[in-house]
Amino acid sequence: MSDNSSSATTKISTYLMMIVLIVLALSIVALMLSVNAFIAGNEMVAGYLLVIGFIAMGLSVYVMLQSRRRASSMKIEAPKVMTTIECKKCNFKSVREFQRGDFVFKDLDPCQKCNDKMIITAIYKEVKEKEKTYGV
Amino acid sequence: MFTAMEVLPNLFGGGGGDSISNILSILFYVVFIVFLFYGQRIQMYVMIREVEGSLHKLRYIKEEGRKITIETIKEIGKPQTDPSDRVDRYLEYFTIAPQSMDPAGIVYKLDHILDMRDTRLKDEVKIMAPASDEVQINNLENTLEAAMALNFIYKVVRHYYIQGKKTLSLYVIMQLQMILPLVMKEAEAYASALKAFADGQPIGDGAGPLVAAKLMHGYETRKVPKDCVVATVPIEGRTAFIIKAEGPGGNVGKPGDAVKAVIDENKGKISSVIMIDAGLKLEGETVGEVAEGIGAAIGGPGVDQFKIEEAVVKYQIPLNAVIVKEDIGDAVSPMRKEIADSADKVIERMKNVILERTKEGDKIIIVGVGNTIGIGQ
Ligand SMILES: [Zn+2]
Repeated sequence: MSDNSSSATTKISTYLMMIVLIVLALSIVALMLSVNAFIAGNEMVAGYLLVIGFIAMGLSVYVMLQSRRRASSMKIEAPKVMTTIECKKCNFKSVREFQRGDFVFKDLDPCQKCNDKMIITAIYKEVKEKEKTYGV
Repeated sequence: MFTAMEVLPNLFGGGGGDSISNILSILFYVVFIVFLFYGQRIQMYVMIREVEGSLHKLRYIKEEGRKITIETIKEIGKPQTDPSDRVDRYLEYFTIAPQSMDPAGIVYKLDHILDMRDTRLKDEVKIMAPASDEVQINNLENTLEAAMALNFIYKVVRHYYIQGKKTLSLYVIMQLQMILPLVMKEAEAYASALKAFADGQPIGDGAGPLVAAKLMHGYETRKVPKDCVVATVPIEGRTAFIIKAEGPGGNVGKPGDAVKAVIDENKGKISSVIMIDAGLKLEGETVGEVAEGIGAAIGGPGVDQFKIEEAVVKYQIPLNAVIVKEDIGDAVSPMRKEIADSADKVIERMKNVILERTKEGDKIIIVGVGNTIGIGQ
């Protein structure tokens, strides 16, 4: 990432963080006021303030978590790519991680068991997460 | 109305329930009025922020793509000088489509322009990465092409974003915001394609060449124009000419010219052309599903599809297609296991087509369409 874009992203997150912190502080004040009101015997006001305080707190925590998740999704993730190697003669099969220069049907070193040439038969990536079906 | 001085002691001292509910109702009215008059504007700012976030992500992806490209060129091509400037210049490279006011003969004009572009880009890569071989030049060209696409997407989104901010027009912003999820998906697809190209990994689009390679493996191949190979393979008592782009470098070849050449060599005595390609799946369909149909299964700018259709119409040859379903993201990112596994299913389906649609002793053409990166023969 260039310096330019990294400073821009941090600027956004500090701006957002400031708002979130202010809301969080206000929600705590609201909760404190609610306790005060409760002690004073004003239960309806206490209830209002309690609800406001919790909603504000929930909202700010939600935004905070979401911005963190967004920050983590800012990467181009490199999937794990596997190479399958097979010996056609003795059916010896092994799977290893992809190395630069691998391609399907590339001849490799002789097989450990029968000295026949081994070839790459497949290169693929495994997708971990199952796709959602949305119930249809 | 209360002033703050009056209200605050009430809040802390207790007993001021009325004042608090007054404040709350005033607050409610204020919020109501603000939303009544400024609702659309607030909505617009929310949209602008959303677009802004995506734009930052696009810029990040684009920069990352550029970085990977330059690193790969340095690693493989061992250039004497820093390739960054050249890469930056290359990222701005454009191609002008031929004028289509009078569309007669436009296919060959487009073909010519695409050829020139390809040659020019390859030459440029050779200069940037002098130590690379033919396969690596193809891979680097593909990598650069993906970086170019990312750069273009970023610039177009930025254009509409700035235009929207300048005009503060809800409709400019809204159009951008509406298509943004699709644009982001495409950008992410290009980003993973770029990584796959830089490493030389097979991509989902390689389903066709993979099937062709499986059929022709072990048989002698010869080159046909342009950048394609053909092997003569006996299948179920028929003689099959299997065509694919020449691997394992990143390359789609020109199957149109290759099919035409093979048909002409056999003076049109071909009883069927079967095309195998990766087909776009709809949401809800499973990746790696195999489907069968009629017509020229080939994407791209349409030049090859045109040429194949022209060649088969000339000799009235039936044109069959077998496709492997995948979405755009799968098509340009490293090949998923489901797609690699579907190659055998495709071969089964194709053998059915051959048995049902042709007679013993017939000559057929089987074309594996797609980018053959990471797939040899
Ligand atoms: Zn062996």
